[in-house]
Amino acid sequence: MENKKSLSRKDCGATDKGRRAFLKQSSALAALAIAPPALVNAAESGLDDKVAGFFEKVPIQIDVNGASYKLSIEPRVTLLDLLREQLHLTGSKKGCDYGQCGACTVHVNGKRVLSCLSLAVMQDGKKINTIEGLAKGDQLHPMQEAFIKHDGFQCGYCTPGQIMSAIACVREGHANTEEDIRNYMSGNICRCGAYPNIVDAIMDVKKQGGAT
Amino acid sequence: MINFDYSKPSNQKAAIDAINKYSSAQFIAGGTNLVDLMKRGVVSPQKLIDITNLPLKNIEQKNGFIRIGALALNSEVAEHALIIKKLPLLSQALKAGASPQLRNMATVGGNLMQRTRCPYFYDVTMPCNKRKPGTGCGALKGYNRMHAILGASDQCIAVHPSDMCIALAALDAKVVVSNSKTERRIPFLDFHRLPGTTPDKDNNLQRGELITAVEVPDNDAFAKNVLYTKIRDRASYAFALVSVAAALDLRGDIVQNARLAMGGVAHKPWRLLTAENFLNGKAATIANFQQAAVIALKDAKGYGYNNFKLKLAPAAIVQTLKMIAGLS
Repeated sequence: MENKKSLSRKDCGATDKGRRAFLKQSSALAALAIAPPALVNAAESGLDDKVAGFFEKVPIQIDVNGASYKLSIEPRVTLLDLLREQLHLTGSKKGCDYGQCGACTVHVNGKRVLSCLSLAVMQDGKKINTIEGLAKGDQLHPMQEAFIKHDGFQCGYCTPGQIMSAIACVREGHANTEEDIRNYMSGNICRCGAYPNIVDAIMDVKKQGGAT
Repeated sequence: MINFDYSKPSNQKAAIDAINKYSSAQFIAGGTNLVDLMKRGVVSPQKLIDITNLPLKNIEQKNGFIRIGALALNSEVAEHALIIKKLPLLSQALKAGASPQLRNMATVGGNLMQRTRCPYFYDVTMPCNKRKPGTGCGALKGYNRMHAILGASDQCIAVHPSDMCIALAALDAKVVVSNSKTERRIPFLDFHRLPGTTPDKDNNLQRGELITAVEVPDNDAFAKNVLYTKIRDRASYAFALVSVAAALDLRGDIVQNARLAMGGVAHKPWRLLTAENFLNGKAATIANFQQAAVIALKDAKGYGYNNFKLKLAPAAIVQTLKMIAGLS
């Protein structure tokens, strides 16, 4: 009786959708038990080049700060969680996790983006740069130096995102005036209110000939 | 986030076949809105079809149109030389939207498809006819400061959040969509919907259709005297309380042709056709601009916290037109 009870639909919390997913998972697991994954893949991929069921991790290859990684990930993993939880690069911060604060800003193929709203699986083959990749040994990146010189942070939580965004801001040619910088840095929120010093730091780097 | 299947088709046919095959599948490109909605449990598609491999990024001048591929990034379109020269209103509107990081991710097609930012839509513990038809509208008698003053219904008073779309509405763009058999062009004002009794439907896109491009008439008359005004709670990186996209074809001080659209006021980009008709052929004067603004807001209605928009919206129209005409 105990066994039967534990398998009832109600106890599984099964709605029709949930039950369908459960059956799909069960049959998928059964299929996986008797067939090599490649065969299951081939059967599923009648139309698509690359198909991943939720029961399966997706292989991706990405370059992070010059190092190449071959990884196997669930489709729902964000780039931010991949960096922090799997590659242990915890410099990129999880501020809001909803694309509103900019603390997770990284560069993908040279462009600044929000890693919390990027699915890692969609970054296959791309080059990622994070705050950890800026310094060359003990030599800080000019933007890191400028943030220290101008006191561009207080608690420091938003700083990795600010610096990644600031480097892109200069590179894009959007650091010509203070107003320009304030506008093009508006996607990075600083709760401590270090904005004036952040603007000074960026102006300084821009004057020195920019940052790469 | 509830897990999902993922596929990345390499061509348009495979992408459309895939969306037809799975009932709750969705396309994903930039993901700036969809991933957000999935994290909050507002939507939970069983399958995501990643369309970023499709060759839909081109921005080109073609047969009297500027054709912008659906996968062109918001930042690329805003900074593109052809767009700055031919469609400066669109460039201005794009730069007024979101943040640089988001504009580097968001695509033109995705911008068209973004959902409202109504907090009752986002909060899954609240009633919302758009998220869950039949549950009621939390905003109607709730905190509705950001909400619609035009074209709303007793089912939904949410507003469309895009800046890009307001400029495209003013510029008479067309949305090019494909299904597995054919291609069609949807006039911009017919793309998004008013809420009526089915606020769960944001637009008139059919199941199995993929947005492939936006086409904007190549019309130099609306490439010179243009302005996108966005009024918001902070100077940058906030949704519009009210926005105005305006283009005037001026001959001397006579308005030959006016184009006006508003954001932040309705469930869709709100074109001000009667105000345009009033202005056409008239002198570009403050009195005429004020009269046009009154006409534009004739049917406007506040819901309490957003009553301020009844004054802000006409003031924004007048200010925008004054600046374009050099009367400010």
